[in-house]
Amino acid sequence: MANITLKDIAHSYTGASNNPDDYALKKLNLTWRDGGAYALLGPSGCGKTTLLNIISGLLTPTKGQVLFNNDDVTRLPTERRNIAQIFQFPVIYDTMTVFENLAFPLKNRGRSKTEIEPRVIELAKMLGLEKDLFTKAQHLTADAKQKISLGRGLIRQSVNAILFDEPLTVIDPQLKWELRSQLKYLHKQFGFTMIYVTHDQTEALTFADEVIVMFEGEIVQVGTPEALFERPEHTFVGYFIGSPGMNIVPCRLQGRSMLIEDHEITLDQTYKEQPDSAKIEVGIRPEYLRLAPAEEKGLPVKIIKVDDIGRHKIARVAVNDHTFHVVMPEISGMTGDTASLVFDTAHTNIYVNDHLITGEQS
Amino acid sequence: MIAKQTNQKAWFMVLPVFLVVAFSAVIPLMTVVNYSFQDTFGSNQFFWVGMTWFRDLIHSERFHDAFLRQIMFSSIILAIEIPLGIAIALTMPKKGWGVPVCLISMALPLLIPWNVVGTIWQIFGRVDIGLLGHTLASLGFDYNYTQDPVAAWLTIIIMDVWHWTSLVVLLAYAGLCSIPDAYYQAAKIDGASRLAVFRYIQLPKMQRVLLIAILLRFMDSFMIYTEPFVITGGGPGNSTTFMSIDLVKMAIGQFDLGPAAAMSLIYFLVILLLSYVFYTVMSNIGEESSNGGA
Repeated sequence: MANITLKDIAHSYTGASNNPDDYALKKLNLTWRDGGAYALLGPSGCGKTTLLNIISGLLTPTKGQVLFNNDDVTRLPTERRNIAQIFQFPVIYDTMTVFENLAFPLKNRGRSKTEIEPRVIELAKMLGLEKDLFTKAQHLTADAKQKISLGRGLIRQSVNAILFDEPLTVIDPQLKWELRSQLKYLHKQFGFTMIYVTHDQTEALTFADEVIVMFEGEIVQVGTPEALFERPEHTFVGYFIGSPGMNIVPCRLQGRSMLIEDHEITLDQTYKEQPDSAKIEVGIRPEYLRLAPAEEKGLPVKIIKVDDIGRHKIARVAVNDHTFHVVMPEISGMTGDTASLVFDTAHTNIYVNDHLITGEQS
Repeated sequence: MIAKQTNQKAWFMVLPVFLVVAFSAVIPLMTVVNYSFQDTFGSNQFFWVGMTWFRDLIHSERFHDAFLRQIMFSSIILAIEIPLGIAIALTMPKKGWGVPVCLISMALPLLIPWNVVGTIWQIFGRVDIGLLGHTLASLGFDYNYTQDPVAAWLTIIIMDVWHWTSLVVLLAYAGLCSIPDAYYQAAKIDGASRLAVFRYIQLPKMQRVLLIAILLRFMDSFMIYTEPFVITGGGPGNSTTFMSIDLVKMAIGQFDLGPAAAMSLIYFLVILLLSYVFYTVMSNIGEESSNGGA
């Protein structure tokens, strides 16, 4: 058990280089507290797996250090790091039985039979594999095989961290929920540090205490699920989290108000004057927008489309070329109508060059 | 109920295949079967002799010796080429400029015709002018494949290993390359030793290609003819007279068509039987222990 620190880590698959575009991971610093449940969230190809492999030692980073507590393990081989990792697709040892598969990590570390047996049986029960314990692993379904992979990751009790690389991709949805809550339960019970890589936001938000959002080889935000939802620090986080994602629309700042297509909206805060070259955008969640009758004060918009998705309705509205999504329990307007879009100013964020800025209360 | 329409026209489609197979395999084979039950003194006169040739052959010491030599040869070949082939495949690089270099140098021996391979080694091993033979002789080794049965065997075995191990290497290498990286990564995470990786990942994943390698190498080595014929002609004495060489001697040298036909059939059945046994055993290797426990 240990805190895992990444210090100035950067990795390029083509070797050290001065061109930042060659780097799959750009310089990053991060500490994973012992016992935390983390999710690493981001689109495919953003460097999540690279980061995981650096922690487990399957990859040696081009630059930077990996520290377990205060020991530098950057050059330490995987088998000496005491890390468990579960991969996206099931990896099983075909010629072994389920029991032997689960026992394999312990056997390799020279544990005694009396220690291995009860542990394997306990884990098999937890994963629902006990009736297949003595069948050859290769005869099982993809689901069961992935459970074996999970089991091999969970079998050792004193690992520094368990890394999950999108482990539930091949599992069917019903079982997915079940296994995810199993993992959560195991986390509470044993207090392993768990790092869970996924590109599925629901998975990330339900699993983790803290979510790390990655985008193009960089960490764009680290925070609780609420923070990611309420105050995304980068426009990407806004887009990526939530369904539909945050509305991001260009605007201009003018003292205590912003101008969207020359319509003025008064804000809660005063923002510093920005240089002309800066890209200024307003970001607001569809949940914090309200459509009011056209007479009311607000941004005049045209309704393009209203979708009823059961629990609530989603409207697509436009001011010239800029569109907004609005989520409301009930929407009275019809397609083609004009309406007034009202902003919840407490939840309105301003982004300069994709990064969140804060203003001053006044 | 709808009456089922039967249309026999489809059989005509099969006719060409049937004819080709008949002329290329069935009729020649039946001719051999025909010879094996008859005796001839030339001028196209045949006499029915029943099982005589088979009975004679089964009890003939000459056949026993050739058969034993053949079994011994194939066993030695398999025992050397399969492990050696796997070992070489394991050391071959997985990426980079080394891959094409290795693959091409491995494929080269396979491209040389059998009789050329025989001739190369025949000259290579000659004591008077051959690089190998002359060097060994000058170093004081008593090496002469035309006089010493051990030297003759060694020459033929080394030649076959040189010629055919590449095939095993290429097959095993193809098997190794098809293993996803995740397996090796998982093995590292699980703390598996190099030996365990070989035993539990590489070997099981190579099982199918190895089955093909063993079958091919067994059949080829069991039927070997050209190379020993070119190098030693079956000598010294009869020490390298393998079954195919013996068969040709009997059929063409002595013109004993009946006994030769009987021998061909037995030869054919032995190859068929042993290949079947190899295939069954290898395909079941993975399944056997799964019945234990539970």
